[in-house]
Amino acid sequence: MEILVPILSAAIRSGTPILYATLGEILTEKAGVLNLGLEGLMLLGAFSGFTVTMVTGNPWVGLAAAFCVGMAVSALHAFLCVTMGANQVVSGLAITMFGTGMSALLGKAYVGETIRGLGILPVPLLAKIPLLGPVLFNHDPLVYLSYVLVGLACWFISSTRWGLTLRAVGENPRAVDAAGLSVVRLRYAYTMVGGGLAALGGAYLSVVYTQMWVEMMTAGRGWIAVALVIFGIWNPLRAALGSYLFGGVGALQLRIQAAGTTIPAPLLLMLPYILTIVVLVGISVRKGKGILLGAPAALGQPFHREERD
Amino acid sequence: MKPRFRIERRLEVPSWMNWSIPAGAVAVALAAGAVLLSFLGVSPLAAYKAMVQGSLGDAWGISETIVKAIPLTLAGLAVGLAFTMVVWNIGAEGQIVMGALAAVAVVRYAFVDNSLVILSLMFLAACIAGGLWAGFAGFLKARWNVNETITTLMMNYIAILLADYFIYGPWRDPSSLGFPMTTPFPDAARLPVLGGTRVHVGIFLAIGLAILFRVLYRWTKWGFELRVIGNNPNAARYAGINDLKNVVLAMFLSGAVAGIAGMTEVAGLQGRLQPGFSGGYGFTAIIVAWLARLNPMATILVSFLLGALLVGGDTLQVVMRLPLASVQVLQGLILFCVLGAEFFRNYRIVFIRGGE
Repeated sequence: MEILVPILSAAIRSGTPILYATLGEILTEKAGVLNLGLEGLMLLGAFSGFTVTMVTGNPWVGLAAAFCVGMAVSALHAFLCVTMGANQVVSGLAITMFGTGMSALLGKAYVGETIRGLGILPVPLLAKIPLLGPVLFNHDPLVYLSYVLVGLACWFISSTRWGLTLRAVGENPRAVDAAGLSVVRLRYAYTMVGGGLAALGGAYLSVVYTQMWVEMMTAGRGWIAVALVIFGIWNPLRAALGSYLFGGVGALQLRIQAAGTTIPAPLLLMLPYILTIVVLVGISVRKGKGILLGAPAALGQPFHREERD
Repeated sequence: MKPRFRIERRLEVPSWMNWSIPAGAVAVALAAGAVLLSFLGVSPLAAYKAMVQGSLGDAWGISETIVKAIPLTLAGLAVGLAFTMVVWNIGAEGQIVMGALAAVAVVRYAFVDNSLVILSLMFLAACIAGGLWAGFAGFLKARWNVNETITTLMMNYIAILLADYFIYGPWRDPSSLGFPMTTPFPDAARLPVLGGTRVHVGIFLAIGLAILFRVLYRWTKWGFELRVIGNNPNAARYAGINDLKNVVLAMFLSGAVAGIAGMTEVAGLQGRLQPGFSGGYGFTAIIVAWLARLNPMATILVSFLLGALLVGGDTLQVVMRLPLASVQVLQGLILFCVLGAEFFRNYRIVFIRGGE
């Protein structure tokens, strides 16, 4: 068991950026909006979090800035998809293209710079629990925040009035409209919060995890998050487990490389992407047998108030 | 106060809008790009002038634009075919890489010193490799409704890493002084080029396939079936169209055409495989297909224009020292504007005069 502790602990840390993005996407998709721009939002978050931390010297300001950038850029996605009724798949791809390009363009000058990001802060008492303590409670504050957010999201979606409205706007926007609530406003709000969380996940990579900025540093994590939403059947808790599974594979692959193996690095680097496909096929095969679907019924469909469905 | 305008759905789209709306969208995107450039302390006028001069200003620039338009046309046709059925093949990049890998494998393991034979073999291998790579995602989609956006994307990463494995590993040229690249092709395995340019005969393949696609969509039963599946999958099922079989077949063809782009890139241009050799054609192809509204003939024109944008981006890098990412930003902006402009194609704004 003792051997497992460092690996599990690393799994949590490297799974956290994916978890933030996945949580954000769950909120967005629950509202009926598909945002495939996570990869671009994460990169923008990583870049803006890093540079603002560097300039202000305060990682919390950097993280907050990343969240705001994510909100602003996903507002553009909401404008195109909700207001203009544009194709959500293509708009998401445009966000990813724009975010990748923009972060690389503006970030060129910051490659190789260093910052003092967030450090590790063991939770008093809890960190002393054997096995569980070092795995779960010997991390940076953002990991703890993600625990809180997962619990909060579960409770919010399933047991609050606002959560009921959120589910309704993704399942049956017409009913929400008839109840006198604005579908447009709700979809904007959840798309923006979701985008902010994705950017925060990106900022975790640059401000906390590596404490440096590298172009394209998310390496497909945004896309893995999109897949994890399906894997987690839109449930935050399952999404968290999925994120840690992927974090674990990433951490394991680094360890195998460090241990000096004869397996060539490119083949090891493929693991998370292969796992994504395997997981997605697994979940889809089970879905085919009639186990619950979970996808919001109106996901990806624009809502036109004055038109019949 | 009453709103002074209302929004109505258009019943018919005037034909002049088919070209004027995308053109207007690109103009707005370039204007937004100009604002961005001036924030970066670069004169937008000078930058755009340099881009136009670099890409269309002289014969060499135009030939280089065509060089980039060839893979863009092929990949644009490829993703356009899948998009017609509302199957989101985002994996053209990976399919291009697989096509290139297959072409290199043929030269390495089955070389015949006869241009026609070896090029045909490479072409076939690239078709099959790209086709299977996309067809696999198509099969998963058809059989278990596995989300193809994710699978094709993940397979991009896998294909690129697979290429890295071969380039850094077993296929590395021993005489390359440690540079990661495969052994150069013998002359027989190179596509002929036109005149003194780098434009290779892949241009005829691209144009030929565009015409073929046009015929397929317009005049064949299968092309009609594809469109029905895309427009109304339920109607297609009632009409007895096998949408599952068609998804797999269309994805196979889509990947095959992208694979051809990979083959023409290595055989026509580089003559060997290097890391990052495709440079994002598979992603730019998505903009091509969308701007061309999935129309094969328009795909050629749009590919030429986006090819000019890429060549212009190279010029910007040299003349203005702007990173290549600036082109990616412009591409993103263009896609935003094209998407936004769709609204004006589908709806019209009617202004209400004061008295009404």
